[in-house]
Amino acid sequence: MKVTYIINGKKQEFDISPGEILLDLLRDNGYMEVKGDCYEGTCGACTVLINNVPYASCTTLAAGVDEAEITTVKGLGDINNPHPVQQAFAKFGAVQCGYCTPGEILSAYALLLKDPDPGEEDIKRALDGNLCRCSGYMQQIEAVKIAAKMMREAGDNGRV
Amino acid sequence: MAEYKSIGINTEKRDAMSLVTGQPVFTDDIALKDMLHIKMMHSPYPHATIEEINTEKAEGYPGVLMVLTYKNTPRVIHTTAGQGWPEPSPYDTYMFNQKMRFVGDRVAAVVAESEEAACEALKLIEVKYNILQAVLDPHDSMRDGVPVIHDEPEIKGAYDPQHNLAANIDIEIGDINEELKKSAYVIEDTIRTQYVQLTPIEPHVTISYLDEYGRIVIRTSTQVPFHVRRIVAQVLDIPVRNIRVIKPRTGGGFGTKQEIILEDICAYATLKTGRPVRAIYTREEELMSTRTRHPMEISLKIGAGEDGLINAISMHILSNTGAYGAHGLTVASNSGSKSLPLYNKAKAVQFRANIVYTNLPVAGANRGYGAPQAYAALEQVIDELAYKTGIGPLEFRKKNHIRTGETSPIFKALGEGKEGVEQYIQSCALDELIDRGAQEIGWYEKFGKHIRNGSKVRGVGMAMLMQGSAIPMVDMGAATIKMNEDGSFNLMYGGTDLGTGLDTVSSQIVAETLGVKPEDIIVYASDTDITPFDVGAYASSGLYISGSAALKAAMAVRDQIFEVAKELLGEVDDKNFILEDGRVISKASGKSLSLSEIAHHTLYVSNQHQIIASASMVSPYSPPPFAVHFAEIEVDGETGVIKPIKYVAAMDCGKPINPELVKGQIIGAVSEGLGYALTEEYVFDENGKMLNGNLTDYKIFSTRDMPEVVPIIVETYEPTGPYGAKSAAEININGPAPAIANALYDAIGIRVKDFPLTPEKVLREIKNK
Repeated sequence: MKVTYIINGKKQEFDISPGEILLDLLRDNGYMEVKGDCYEGTCGACTVLINNVPYASCTTLAAGVDEAEITTVKGLGDINNPHPVQQAFAKFGAVQCGYCTPGEILSAYALLLKDPDPGEEDIKRALDGNLCRCSGYMQQIEAVKIAAKMMREAGDNGRV
Repeated sequence: MAEYKSIGINTEKRDAMSLVTGQPVFTDDIALKDMLHIKMMHSPYPHATIEEINTEKAEGYPGVLMVLTYKNTPRVIHTTAGQGWPEPSPYDTYMFNQKMRFVGDRVAAVVAESEEAACEALKLIEVKYNILQAVLDPHDSMRDGVPVIHDEPEIKGAYDPQHNLAANIDIEIGDINEELKKSAYVIEDTIRTQYVQLTPIEPHVTISYLDEYGRIVIRTSTQVPFHVRRIVAQVLDIPVRNIRVIKPRTGGGFGTKQEIILEDICAYATLKTGRPVRAIYTREEELMSTRTRHPMEISLKIGAGEDGLINAISMHILSNTGAYGAHGLTVASNSGSKSLPLYNKAKAVQFRANIVYTNLPVAGANRGYGAPQAYAALEQVIDELAYKTGIGPLEFRKKNHIRTGETSPIFKALGEGKEGVEQYIQSCALDELIDRGAQEIGWYEKFGKHIRNGSKVRGVGMAMLMQGSAIPMVDMGAATIKMNEDGSFNLMYGGTDLGTGLDTVSSQIVAETLGVKPEDIIVYASDTDITPFDVGAYASSGLYISGSAALKAAMAVRDQIFEVAKELLGEVDDKNFILEDGRVISKASGKSLSLSEIAHHTLYVSNQHQIIASASMVSPYSPPPFAVHFAEIEVDGETGVIKPIKYVAAMDCGKPINPELVKGQIIGAVSEGLGYALTEEYVFDENGKMLNGNLTDYKIFSTRDMPEVVPIIVETYEPTGPYGAKSAAEININGPAPAIANALYDAIGIRVKDFPLTPEKVLREIKNK
């Protein structure tokens, strides 16, 4: 069957099998920034945004999100033009091994779209589904606060 | 104090921008044309032999190229432990074997065109097992009449396999019985720790392929590329020169990747098919079939005199290495050698360990490497003794801890599987760590106060810790630095950055030495064809060994630059030169040249040569970093739930090369340690099958579980380390278990003697009180 998505702003059509998982579809088509791990929706490494809401792509059926707008971490910014969340994560020690990072950044970005000035508890709740073994989370929470400030100061709410 | 430009600076992690923008930098982020996929079949029984295995149907499944079993793979006994040669772990493992030793042991591997085909074919493999009686309790392992787990004659290096004893340690300094007898206060206690794993979020994954010369390239998520090369060569019986191992960015390791898990099978399949092959473990396979932390039962007897000085420490350990003996001996050695020297006033020390086989998952290297288990017990008993002497936890530790200029006989007596190396402490800030940590947690306002809020009671507890920096006279790392005509330098070294930031701090060290910026250093690491040897990332060796090798190579490059500058500037003495802001400057004449001018000259103009140098680092010392941890908890007397409220981790790691990265090491280790203390635990059924092999039921800490963590870095200067640095990676995982346990005692006067401290156990102890 055929599905159409807008991935990172670009319209894409895929021929999929009925049981195909979104994570596998994305990685098989070169979206290597979406990481796989638990395949049960627990760890959050595979987080993507579907219409700006974070989902575990490992438990999302590709067929179920036909015509959705999908955002991966590459949709936020690149090396030459990183998004404030990406900048803050890089600059303030929020990245160690980096495997959980794309998912965390997307969860943080989705939070900041809804709430430009979240409190610590809001950030913790938004990132609670993204497991990280390296960092202990404190520097990531700080980075989200810093990114929020950068985005507020830029005045555009950071939407890409 | 010298003015540094790159040391002590929060340089952005060199790979950070690639990681936050999702560049394809991990092992599995490439897809090679015609790549094959491996899926593994695991034993459903804890102890069995394969009577019959029929792979015909599986081999006939569309897309299947081959099924690998013990029948068609090389039978080479080896250890999967990625340690230096000769490995101190027993040779007790084969790529595949007829004998199954735990639920999760490897039966067969399907090599197929797709993962789906491989998974389907797995179901078609027919196996008839001869089920044997299993040994699931480490207390039973050594008893007479118990089944022998390693009964094959080829086993080598195990202490007494006929009694399921993988390794044994027995050392005594002084007369332990005499000193205990003389002690006015003696505490005796036994603490048990559980099966856990540090679950890096990137699983084990390997991709292998042939290069243009028909050599095998192994791209793998590992901590030990050079050991992978050596062990795969051994298992496949091919020369080392026919293998190249590349470590891309690694998604965490924590010890579980100091092990050869997939590389041998992947490489063998490439060798047989000539095609690229990929193997990746699922999360369940990660938990069940890779490596875990040795569960231990630790019995301590510690005696102190009327003066509150410790006279005698006896530590006896029963360590469960599971089905195979990887790291069994050395992890247990480390339990003693990384904890006992802290209390060096003891006139007598006895350390005994039995490391036994069971039919349970395989233990191995895990961050802390035996020390977390030891501290879980030691720091509780020290607390008990502190109470008994009436001196109190802080003052008791201040009285008894090791100090600068002092030594401990343990350093020499207990190495990693062999005799250690004598050393004197040259940097130690323990008193300041205690004072600053106590102040931050509010110790004097909270300790002994049992502050109550309904059914909830607050408590504070602390623990004192040390670790090492690499294995002395064993670990070796080397680095090569070459100069380019724009004044940049390539650093090529075997140092293995697992996400800790080793490549970043190494670039800071080289930049400082060569008077350039960290961005001027192009780091290429962990490729056995291109970079010099390094044992890899373990034993807190990254900065101390690999970073020191980079420093030494940079110093040699600096000398070569001075030599050229001398010629070009017509100076006689190269002692007058300094390197600063990308220039070599003569302090005598004030004349200077840019590094770019120097490089252009040597590459194109006269006396042409490449400025390049290599250096190796092996250390006669392993300077311990020190830490003091404080935990404040709230325990609910009705539910038994322990909630960590605040956690203070004060550490002396010498000179912090990059404080932001040091903070990350502290907080990350604390979060793993909190899981160890409170939630993480393998649950087995009566057949030794793990029941919670997923991240829902195996509970690691997430953002909302975390208390406020306050890292405190107290700077010292370690003369043997690069720019005064010691290690920072492992030590802080040792603290949470005892600090939380001691806080629980402070709150409600109970001790739960087996970890983790779950609500059920807390309620049981409240009831028993």
